[in-house]
Amino acid sequence: MAGRVGVSGSAVPGRLLGPQRRHLWFWIFTGPFVLGLVVFVYVPLAWSITLSFFDSRNTVTPSHFVGLGNYAAVLTDPAFTASLATFAVFALFIVPATYVLALGLALLVHRARFAKGFFRSVFFLPTACSYVAASLIWKLSIFNGVRFGLANTVLRWFGADPVAWLSTTQPPWYWLVIVTVRLWLQAGFYLVLFLAGLQRIPGTLYEAAAVDGARPGWQTFRYITFPQLRTTSVAVVLLLVINAFQAFDEFYNLLSSAKGYPPYARPPLVYLYYVALGERQDLGIGSAGAVILALIIVVVTVAQARWFSLGRKE
Amino acid sequence: MLPSPRELPRLMLLLFLAALFGVPFYLLVRNGLATEADITAPGWTILARTWHWENVGELFADPAVPMAHALWNSAVIAVLTTGGTLLLASLAGYGLARVPYPYADQVFYAILGSLMIPSAVTFVPSFVLVSSLGWVSTLRGLIIPTLFSAFAAFLFRQYFSGFPGELEDAARVDGLGYWRTYWRIVVPNSRPVFAAVGAIVFIGSWNSFLWPLVIGQDQRAWTVQVALASFGTAQTINLHELFLAAAVSMLPLLVVFAVLQRHIVAGVERTGIDG
Repeated sequence: MAGRVGVSGSAVPGRLLGPQRRHLWFWIFTGPFVLGLVVFVYVPLAWSITLSFFDSRNTVTPSHFVGLGNYAAVLTDPAFTASLATFAVFALFIVPATYVLALGLALLVHRARFAKGFFRSVFFLPTACSYVAASLIWKLSIFNGVRFGLANTVLRWFGADPVAWLSTTQPPWYWLVIVTVRLWLQAGFYLVLFLAGLQRIPGTLYEAAAVDGARPGWQTFRYITFPQLRTTSVAVVLLLVINAFQAFDEFYNLLSSAKGYPPYARPPLVYLYYVALGERQDLGIGSAGAVILALIIVVVTVAQARWFSLGRKE
Repeated sequence: MLPSPRELPRLMLLLFLAALFGVPFYLLVRNGLATEADITAPGWTILARTWHWENVGELFADPAVPMAHALWNSAVIAVLTTGGTLLLASLAGYGLARVPYPYADQVFYAILGSLMIPSAVTFVPSFVLVSSLGWVSTLRGLIIPTLFSAFAAFLFRQYFSGFPGELEDAARVDGLGYWRTYWRIVVPNSRPVFAAVGAIVFIGSWNSFLWPLVIGQDQRAWTVQVALASFGTAQTINLHELFLAAAVSMLPLLVVFAVLQRHIVAGVERTGIDG
């Protein structure tokens, strides 16, 4: 099927064989990928959008059309709005924290004259760790609520009382655990992005600034380094927000136990997971939720790109 | 050359932060090779008094968590996913960049469009498809739907667009068609980009959790991440086994990092610039 599409493209008599063959080659190269993308990405999307208009409990071939009923059900579900609020709080912590830490580390590593490669490797190494493994270290060793947990041991050295961390149902302590695990895991990735950005800043800018009397340190950072990192910063913030929106692994592994997942601190994907694949197996509601979340991501991405490029002088 | 007095505080700060970043790795080794009593002891010991290497045997013999089988599944999935993604995405990238076709741009936009919606949000639709194919709890279901990475195709397309055309022209003069030019000239001269994309896909596949959790419902289809997670949410938690399992799960990636770090860093830089 794919091979035929190209043939109709351009057909100059006599020279037919040339372009025709080339079109065939185009589809030999891209056909398998495009076909797979259609089958495993676009078909499921279309199917899911269809399901979102039907009563699809425990079935993928529903017959009862409910119109926008599923969408209304999702949007009025307090658990769904709570999941968006959870994401907002999470993003509010993790985006600035990662940004500042990664940029700070990048500046330190960039200016170090010793063992630059070593430091970059150390900060980058957590990227090799899975969210699952890191969450378990955080949950059962560092922020274990009992006395032998590392954080509580350190608190005891300073004479403070142990904290129950994840076992408290009230914020803020579980947020500290959730945010620091992601911070540790992803800081190195963004550090590498910032280092690449720092290397692209021409050295002549700093020389010119020195001639103009700018003091090294805050002034050069404020007027040269930071503005020059603009493209990198935009990319980093965008990636941070989108990745925070998709958070699942650390929430699931930090908060769920043999008794299940607590009713609070459920970000959007955790909500979706339990609605679509939990006891209710409600694929109609789940699909409606997925469509709404996908729309939110598209809108956020486009808005952020627009907003950042509006201020850019080009 | 010694650090100057002005640099010394910055160097100390870096060393301190580096040590802080190393703490979780240290905890894995310390707790993984300790006894349960050592871990839960009230006073903190830097390292367990004796290393308990027999913990390794205990972990793999534990019937509650099929660690060996999960490692095998993860290895098979990560290797096939990486190989398949590299093959499909590089071919597509080359076709888009180098084989003329009047609607190449439209095809490219159709691929880019799927990038707008992150795969994590579409796990419900994908689950619907995979379950109706009867692929739940199978390696097929864990691997095939993840092979079509628009992002990898995009990276390859950008890379091949900048590939020196003289090399291909020379091959053309020698009578090689697109297919043989690709395999004999283009691929051997593009090893770094294959290493970078391959390493990133491998790491992503090995560490992925949501999709294997959704699809690997049967214990036989558990990946190492799903096995770890079930460890962590079990009724009774065997701490030293769990930490050892986490350490073991990380070993293959530490090897990948040691061998390919230069390429991975280059790949991440590319990711960020285009992302």
